[in-house]
Amino acid sequence: MDFQLLLSLISGIFIGGVAGFLGTLMLSKRMALVAGPLGHLALPGIALALIYNFDISLGAFPFIILGVILIWLFEIRTKLPIEALTAIVFASGVAISFLFLPIEKAETALIGDITKVSLKATIVSVILSILIAILVKEIYSKMVLINISEDLAKAEKIDVKKYNLLYLGIVGIMIALGVKMVGGLLTAALVAIPASTSRNLSKNLFQYNFLSTFFGAFSALLGILLFKIIHFPVGPLIIIISAFFFLISLIFKK
Amino acid sequence: MEEDLVLKVRNLKVVLDKEKILEDLSFEVKEGEVLTILGPNGAGKTVLLKTLLKIFPYQGGIIWKKGIKIGYVPQRLPFIKNIPLTVKDFFKLKNVSEKKTKEILKEINLEEVFEKEVGKLSSGQFQRILIGWALAKNPSVLLFDEPMTGIDLPGKGTLYSLIKRLKEKRNLTILLVSHDLNVVYKFSDYVICLNKKILCEGKPQIVLSPETLQKLYGGEIKFYKHFH
Repeated sequence: MDFQLLLSLISGIFIGGVAGFLGTLMLSKRMALVAGPLGHLALPGIALALIYNFDISLGAFPFIILGVILIWLFEIRTKLPIEALTAIVFASGVAISFLFLPIEKAETALIGDITKVSLKATIVSVILSILIAILVKEIYSKMVLINISEDLAKAEKIDVKKYNLLYLGIVGIMIALGVKMVGGLLTAALVAIPASTSRNLSKNLFQYNFLSTFFGAFSALLGILLFKIIHFPVGPLIIIISAFFFLISLIFKK
Repeated sequence: MEEDLVLKVRNLKVVLDKEKILEDLSFEVKEGEVLTILGPNGAGKTVLLKTLLKIFPYQGGIIWKKGIKIGYVPQRLPFIKNIPLTVKDFFKLKNVSEKKTKEILKEINLEEVFEKEVGKLSSGQFQRILIGWALAKNPSVLLFDEPMTGIDLPGKGTLYSLIKRLKEKRNLTILLVSHDLNVVYKFSDYVICLNKKILCEGKPQIVLSPETLQKLYGGEIKFYKHFH
């Protein structure tokens, strides 16, 4: 197996898997779609990274964090649904990036490309993926409780604001990793589809988490391998495979 | 605070989004007492409960007995169906061991649902699970938000006797809000009629005359006292 393919596979499996795991929380908070707008929001950062030739995730991250903080503040100030707030922030992100993003770079920005990932970037992706997984596991119970009912969580003395911010921070890092693999347009699918597939198949929390992680990682693996054979853009391939699993899960829906 | 008091509320005022929800409430809850807060929809009952749990900001005094543990039974949890959560998982969210969960399920006569999805329970079963969940860390006070809402008649019967049994066994102090007069007559030692402020209070049989009920709910309300 060539080294470049190995790097892509490792990055893909880790990013895809952890996106699936995090997705189980996003689905329960009805926040899966927030990942999409945040992906778009990353576009100015991705554009800068592409123009000045540095790592896409690195470029994306500050913009996502800025967006996350804005959304968090807006939510506290306005009580509007978080989806609406995200839409406001992300549209601005898209608008700004297309002011200066060179059109020939647009494809990578929009649908990603993990087939040229470097060794350094692979190591960083793996470390960040593990970090996200640990953090998600750490906050999981409390986040599920907050998602079920903020009042119940508060009655249990959980600091809801703190956990929401922490959660958004984790989502931010996830998106920064995700845009590298499937681009600004498709990141939402990376977290939403495996969790939805898993939701259809699971009867308890463990299955839900396990299957979602598995489908996330497995879709990335298959997507990258398929790219090697048919040379279609890899980001869309990963998402289409993921969606295909979702369709199959409908047959077995409990 | 006096020995036998669990809660003392003094001149409590709650303003949310610039709207006065509760005005100048003062009352006390004695140990082992069942206090019902009765009032129409929008009277501020749920807000009162949540304020007592310190979820909402308030002015005035809310003094709980030192070191007391409080269990909260919310009204509904619609979002719980978003994720595949078994009863076992649900208790685990609160760090309750499997052994303890099984013990509690036995206590509420629901041993068979341990591995069942919470979203697939009947509303009566779900309400009992919420009670068990609230009891998991052995609180001495339970706060109930409309315990009988959306539960069919046989389910209500089961729930009444369960709450009664748990109360005696665990020597619980219970504070519940309801718009359901039956709840008041079946359970309460003391009742407070609430509509933003306290309109009446006292023992149920004495306080709840047709006149006070009309004052509380407005318009015509027909109610006949049950004597059991």
